[in-house]
Amino acid sequence: MLDYETLKLIWWLLVGVLLVGFAIMDGHDMGVGTLLPFVGKNDVERRVVINTVGPHWDGNQVWFITAGGAIFAAWPLVYATAFSGFYWAMLAVLWALFFRPVGFDYRSKINNPTWRGVWDWGLFVGGALPPLIFGVAFGNLFQGVPFSFDDHLVSTYSGSFWALLNPFALLAGVVSTAMITFHGAIYLAHRTVGEIQWRALRAAGFFGGLLLLAFASAGLWLWMAVPGYVIQSVVDGAAQPDPLAKTVVREAGAWFANYRRYPATLALPVLGFAGVLAAQVLARTGRTMAAFWASALAIVGVIGTAGAALFPFIMPSSLDPNSSLTVWDSVSSRMTLTIMLWATLIFMPLIILYTSWAYRVMGGKVTAAYVRENSHSAY
Amino acid sequence: MVSEQLVDLSRLQFAATALYHFLFVPLTIGMVWMLVIMESVYVMTGKPLYKDMTRFWGKLFGINFALGVTTGITLEFQFGTNWAYYSHYVGDIFGAPLAIEGLMAFFLESTMIGLFFFGWDRLARKQHLLVTILMAVGTNLSALWILIANGWMQNPVGAEFSYVTMRMEMTDFWAVVFNPDAQAKFVHTVSAGYVTGAMFVLSISSWYLLKGRDVEFARRSFGIAAAFGFASVCSVIVLGDESGYTVGEAQQTKLAAMEAMWETEPAPASFNLVAIPNEAEMKNDFAIEIPWVMGLIGTRSLDKQIPGIKEIKLKNRERIVSGIEAVTALDALRRNQNDEAARLKFEAHKTDLGFGLLLKKYVSDFSQVTPAIIDKAMNDTVPRVAPMFWSFRLMVALGFAMLLLFGLALWHSVKGDFADKRWLLRWALLSLPMPWIACEVGWFVAEYGRQPWTIYGVLPTHLSVSTLSVDNLYGSLAGFVGFYTALLIVEMYLMVKFAKQGPGSLGTGRYANEAHA
Repeated sequence: MLDYETLKLIWWLLVGVLLVGFAIMDGHDMGVGTLLPFVGKNDVERRVVINTVGPHWDGNQVWFITAGGAIFAAWPLVYATAFSGFYWAMLAVLWALFFRPVGFDYRSKINNPTWRGVWDWGLFVGGALPPLIFGVAFGNLFQGVPFSFDDHLVSTYSGSFWALLNPFALLAGVVSTAMITFHGAIYLAHRTVGEIQWRALRAAGFFGGLLLLAFASAGLWLWMAVPGYVIQSVVDGAAQPDPLAKTVVREAGAWFANYRRYPATLALPVLGFAGVLAAQVLARTGRTMAAFWASALAIVGVIGTAGAALFPFIMPSSLDPNSSLTVWDSVSSRMTLTIMLWATLIFMPLIILYTSWAYRVMGGKVTAAYVRENSHSAY
Repeated sequence: MVSEQLVDLSRLQFAATALYHFLFVPLTIGMVWMLVIMESVYVMTGKPLYKDMTRFWGKLFGINFALGVTTGITLEFQFGTNWAYYSHYVGDIFGAPLAIEGLMAFFLESTMIGLFFFGWDRLARKQHLLVTILMAVGTNLSALWILIANGWMQNPVGAEFSYVTMRMEMTDFWAVVFNPDAQAKFVHTVSAGYVTGAMFVLSISSWYLLKGRDVEFARRSFGIAAAFGFASVCSVIVLGDESGYTVGEAQQTKLAAMEAMWETEPAPASFNLVAIPNEAEMKNDFAIEIPWVMGLIGTRSLDKQIPGIKEIKLKNRERIVSGIEAVTALDALRRNQNDEAARLKFEAHKTDLGFGLLLKKYVSDFSQVTPAIIDKAMNDTVPRVAPMFWSFRLMVALGFAMLLLFGLALWHSVKGDFADKRWLLRWALLSLPMPWIACEVGWFVAEYGRQPWTIYGVLPTHLSVSTLSVDNLYGSLAGFVGFYTALLIVEMYLMVKFAKQGPGSLGTGRYANEAHA
């Protein structure tokens, strides 16, 4: 059995892996949903766009559900505090997600332009809103979230929904939305031909540029104007988790401390920028599959950049910094972390195996002819 | 202290969204095996009729599945959004089966469902059948892990409270997995799902037969549904009794309430077939009793006693008094973890901690506790009897009504004359809502019967909620009602449309009603 401190670190990495997996897999479906009303000019084109993700969106959405379940199991205090604190933001994500299963499955079952139009915009909302809100939430993590615990660890949140929508958080929302939409555009270019592919490439050009700009600006803003959090007391990584047992202070520039201490982590932001550029070049020269993986690496870079800056914080508290949730003190017991690690090690390779098989079976370009031939069974 | 109204609204929201979710789940769980049976026959015989059956019933399955997925996410979210203290207090145990459900089951089910719908032309016959089987396995494993989590709420084994982390922590994972309560619940719940799937196919096939169209298609579907449904309804009833038995061991309270057993009778106890429970005087104003039966069902013996409500309440009162010591010792330990005297006192009383916490509904300062308050908390420990008693009886009555229907359907399907028995077909059509009502009241018995706890004996419901304002709850409840009403209308519209159109909706040219898009 691994020691507790190592397990805590492994679970920080694994939650990161699940979030990145969610962004890569469910993210490209969401990006495609966001682009749907714009790259599909008529019903057949829109059905082409939808059917590029039709057989896979459901499996991919489980990345999201599993990431949620894993945070519940591995970081219960984070799950409890974040979901209840961000109450309206979380409900907005949830309600936006409602449009996806029904949008995909019901849209083409009735041949009526209004019906189909409504679901197309539903898929847009279900694709665009969750990444935007997650980005905004991340932006707020950097600024600290107004919650505190009493001595029985009951959390109280004192912010409002509107306070979440501050300028830095909105910029983080732009980073996240641009990243997911860019990724979806690259995927769409890989699975389509002709006009739609051309429009997808144009969208990739725009959102790739926006992502680079927003990512760089957010970094600069963080550097200049967002003070970080630092644990002042001695950290015992092996201790029983108790989020009230430490002292935390705010300090300018602290979010860059990890980059100063471990310069190798600078590879993450570099990967973010390089991945976007490489994906652009590869997609434009017809190597769309490689472009997809380059864009996936960009996602690793962007999310990794945020995670590495925050470490060891997960959710700092602006109201009572000592209540901040960190990798060391908001985790489950050693036994639960161990069991969950085994479950992940056994099932994750299987998931990757059968997901790859599903993509291979359903691979190839989706065309207007495909949609017409399968009008009774395709989405 | 937590506001009563906040607790009530949080409960209402969870109950409403969970019951709504369970309109779709049982049909998915049951239909998926019917699809496996139909497709297996297709692969074995090569007859296109069975492929069409798989595809047509699969289409209706898909319409239902979409809402199952939609409304399932709500429940996962709600633990965090509305039950934050619960999530913190038991996440160490409760979160694990939810996460494993995702990894082991939901990924499999959701990936395979895509191939099920889109892979017909791209997979060999046997490959496609394998996909359908994996989808069924995933669906049922999904139910297993969710019910392991739920079973733990009823019978919290394999865990211990830690005053350092201020929460329950897992001590034995396998005890959580092989919790007898969870295993019995799993078998009972999936069997109920199988009945639902069978009833759905039986009723709609009967309607085609009554209309005299797509007769061959409907006959074959009816036959499969009758056989599968009969086996399943037997399983629900036999294994429902089994679940009553484990409830009898782990949760005598629920049993006593749903049977309106106020007194502890000498073994074997009699069974109240019908009763008018009188909550205030703790007796039944009227009852038809069948001697011995309750003792036999509840304990599988002639000599073991089943405790009645009065006895349970008195025992709980002692535990509440002991729990006061546990709570005050815990408070001292939270102020100073090295307080040895407090630690010893806490260790001596910690199994009753949950019972002490029940008092927090009435007082925050435990020096204010009076015998009257203890009595109030004691009375809370048994759920109200009348709703339990009647909803349980409704579920059982529906179960037996369905046993009769499926028995006759199977009998006439073996004889081969069911298509002429219009009374049977009409009866089957009218019985369509039965399994749904039975499932919903069954969940009501299970969850309402656990009150006042979220985790039986460990965490009271009123402490489990998130610290939100009542306005937040009104807002979110209104949102859910709005969304769910709209979604239900859309779903029912499509379901009825395609059920009415029948297999012609596949566009194969072999059936009636091909004209529509």
